[in-house]
Amino acid sequence: MTGTFLKVLAQFALLLILAPLVSGFIKLLKARLQMRRGPGLLQPYRDIHKLLQKGMVIPDTASWLFSATPYVVFLATLVAGLMVPMVAADTPAGQLGGALAVVYLLGLGRFFLALGGLDTGSSFGGLGSSREMTIAALAEPTLALAVFTVAIGAGSTTLSEMAKAAIGQQWRFLAPSQMLAFAALFLVLIAETGRIPVDNPATHLELTMIHEAMILEYSGPYLALIEWGASIKQLLLMTLLINVFWPFGLPAAWSPSGILAGLGWLMLKLVILSCGIVLVETSNAKMRLFRVPELMAVAFTLGALALVSTFLF
Amino acid sequence: MQSMPLNALFAGGLIAYLAGAAAGLAGFRTPRRAGQGAFGLALAGALLEITAAAVTIGQGASVTWNLPFGVPLFSWAVRLNALSAFFNLTLGILAAAVSIYSFGYVRDMEGRRNVGVLGFFYNILLLSLTLVFTAANAFFFLVAWEVMAVSAYFLVSFEHEKAPTRRAGMVFLIMSHAGTGLLLFAFLILAKAGGSLDFASFHLLASKLPAWEQGAVFLLFFLGFGVKAGIIPIHVWLPAAHPVAPSNISGLMSGIVIKTGIYGMALVFFDFFDVPPVWAGMLVLGAGVLSALLGVLYALMEHDLKRLLAYHSIENIGIILIGFGAALVFRAVGYPKLAAIALVAGLYHTLNHAIFKCLLFLGAGSVLQATRTRNMEEMGGLIRRMPVTALCFLTGAVAISGLPPLNGFVSEWLTYQSLLAGFGSTQGLARVAFPIAGALLALTAALSAACFVKAFGISFLALPRSENAAQAREAALSMRVGMGILAAGCVALGLGATWFLPIFDPITGASMGVRVSPALANGWLLTAGTARGGTVSTLGIAAMLVLLAALPALFRLVWGRAGKRAAGPTWDCGLPGLTAENEYTATGFSKPIRMIFSALYRPRREIQAEYEVSPYYPTAIHFESEIEPTFEKHVYDPFQDWLLRMARRMRSVQAGSIHAYLAYIFAALIALLLFGVRG
Repeated sequence: MTGTFLKVLAQFALLLILAPLVSGFIKLLKARLQMRRGPGLLQPYRDIHKLLQKGMVIPDTASWLFSATPYVVFLATLVAGLMVPMVAADTPAGQLGGALAVVYLLGLGRFFLALGGLDTGSSFGGLGSSREMTIAALAEPTLALAVFTVAIGAGSTTLSEMAKAAIGQQWRFLAPSQMLAFAALFLVLIAETGRIPVDNPATHLELTMIHEAMILEYSGPYLALIEWGASIKQLLLMTLLINVFWPFGLPAAWSPSGILAGLGWLMLKLVILSCGIVLVETSNAKMRLFRVPELMAVAFTLGALALVSTFLF
Repeated sequence: MQSMPLNALFAGGLIAYLAGAAAGLAGFRTPRRAGQGAFGLALAGALLEITAAAVTIGQGASVTWNLPFGVPLFSWAVRLNALSAFFNLTLGILAAAVSIYSFGYVRDMEGRRNVGVLGFFYNILLLSLTLVFTAANAFFFLVAWEVMAVSAYFLVSFEHEKAPTRRAGMVFLIMSHAGTGLLLFAFLILAKAGGSLDFASFHLLASKLPAWEQGAVFLLFFLGFGVKAGIIPIHVWLPAAHPVAPSNISGLMSGIVIKTGIYGMALVFFDFFDVPPVWAGMLVLGAGVLSALLGVLYALMEHDLKRLLAYHSIENIGIILIGFGAALVFRAVGYPKLAAIALVAGLYHTLNHAIFKCLLFLGAGSVLQATRTRNMEEMGGLIRRMPVTALCFLTGAVAISGLPPLNGFVSEWLTYQSLLAGFGSTQGLARVAFPIAGALLALTAALSAACFVKAFGISFLALPRSENAAQAREAALSMRVGMGILAAGCVALGLGATWFLPIFDPITGASMGVRVSPALANGWLLTAGTARGGTVSTLGIAAMLVLLAALPALFRLVWGRAGKRAAGPTWDCGLPGLTAENEYTATGFSKPIRMIFSALYRPRREIQAEYEVSPYYPTAIHFESEIEPTFEKHVYDPFQDWLLRMARRMRSVQAGSIHAYLAYIFAALIALLLFGVRG
């Protein structure tokens, strides 16, 4: 019982601490690729710290829902993070839910975020909410299909079971079905975390912003919670991809030496995946909103092919 | 002897409904007392029926007895088994909540409409619904079915002075009767084979018929009950009829009346049939996916709040049918346990949908009464003026979007798990069909979340969009209580899912010989029922969410500085003042979806600008946008044309000449005699 409690605490700490670091790393790497110096690696921590200390301006049109939203987003993401294997295939509270619960908890966060955007009465908020919900809806079937493909192989929708199945067959990720599913999930990752070419996390231009438009009216500690929640969501989706498809070095269960090795491997693999994201982001321009469905159709096709190839090969 | 009190409880409920109907009629001239009497007695009846259903489920035994109102030759047998008790329980819960809600709701009608009449038909509807769920004889079932259809027709057309209402009522009545016709044929085929009209003699009978008759019976029942359930493409009456009824009736219609179709299907698929053919299961699965996806896509285009909810009923019927279809396929390929899980998923969603859809319709009714409009573009800002209604509606919206930890999530999770199990247990086409159905279900769920962000966000949040919305008042106490009961139901069925699952054991036990709740519920954990499967705990998730709320508070305690929280105007781009015109509209919100799925919608829009000096400075802009009603235009209109053409041609036969008629009679007689001699 205390063991589980400690593991839960450790996982929370890991999520909270690692998430801003990954965001900072991606920003730094992107700046360097664009021949800029960029902010320091630790800038996201400074931002969160500063925002937590600041005062807030709440729009006078907003209701209690506007204030509840940052909490729902942050907490739902954090609870979802508890179900994702990070440094060991075993998750501290994996029985709470599996892949479906993770997807739907992130959906809960998004639902409230979109309502928070509408609650301000500004056109930007509505614009962001409308686009966010549309893109999420388009990404959802691909996500489900890719998750199903992996779940069918593992015989379970519990993420730790999926990771354990992957550990059992280290080279399985080279199988066509797994590679296709990985490609599909990578596109979903880009769409869900609001990265180029779907959304640009660094813009505040009316015509193009999606996620930023929804949270335009948030300030101070609320903004800190939302930003932190967004980076945790990014971390947990990346970790999911890593541990389900590339399980090298991932220990099956929690042990003092095992988790250190697991942490080391996780960091290494996060660096590699971040490089991939940054390369995509730097070498592409942001798409027009109405081109995004085409990208998501490609992702869905990849997912469907992955599914078909699970029983062809 | 055991069934004596049950007998009395059940009959007591029926008598209370009858008395309620009488009270409604008796107080024709004193509408207020008539209404109170009718809804009070309906509440009493509902409570009695809930008790009777709960006792039946608890005992796990099926009870049959004859109602003593006798037309000779026909049996008025009533059967309270696990399946009917489950549906009666659902009906009872809704009836109780709606009756309480109606006390306050009908006060608004006083002086304008006769509440007594409403109370009369309301009680008759409840009575006939109870009998539909419990009739144990095909003839009695059809009588109850017709009484239900007719009383529902009168309730739908209650506000009959409006032309669209009359038209909607008529479409409902015609389609309902077409469905009944199909049912009549199917029952007659079964009665011919079984030699009796009793449901007991139909048990597993359909599977003993020759193959083509099996197919015919299955299709007739599926279409006949499908009309009532509102599956696409035989759904067109539903989005027309549900919105025009008074809102308490809409809640009942979408909550439970369409579920009579689901009850019928459950009865036929899992009681009359032993193991239906595989194609039947695939057909139901396909119809489910189609209804779910198209239902939500059409819902997204609505900005009439009640029509939007009506389209969501089609979507949710689709989700229920996905569970039923999967159950049928599993039975056909010999996996009774998986079939039982899929059936439980479908039935649990039936209960859940009844509760949250009724809640949403009651919420819409409160809003309607406060703002005098069904158009979402004229609402807005209601969360401040109607906080309780808003909270209840939000609960329903989260639940219907399938988000954890509420009840919609539980049944959708079970549906996903049974679809996933399909991959390992089936061959060929079915193998790919199951995960694809799962992916489309995911698309449906995500679109439905988008739709409810729109429905709640545009109607309840930000600034009021009209004068009426700005002066809206919170609903009456009884209305809030009615909604509160259902909202609590959403939470309870979500968090306590594992506690409620044993309700389905007698149902799956009777039809498949499997009791699945021990496999599905493990303490507070919901499991997939298969060896390694998945697990989820809505209660655990909820507890975590509540416990973790301390964390952000801790951050602010450690790093934050207290008391710096100011209210300020929303950023308005430097223009003078933000008004409701700056807000995103419902039409605007769903614009991206409309563009992406334009192949389905075939949207048409018209923009006319009026100007005085130059076209660049318009003084007024007229904007019109509509989507093509695909099924009405490409299926129903051609059919109607064809029908009218045929009717015109038939007219020449009926010339009005008595000699011609005598000749017809003679010809018919000869034909019959020849038929008789040959047979």
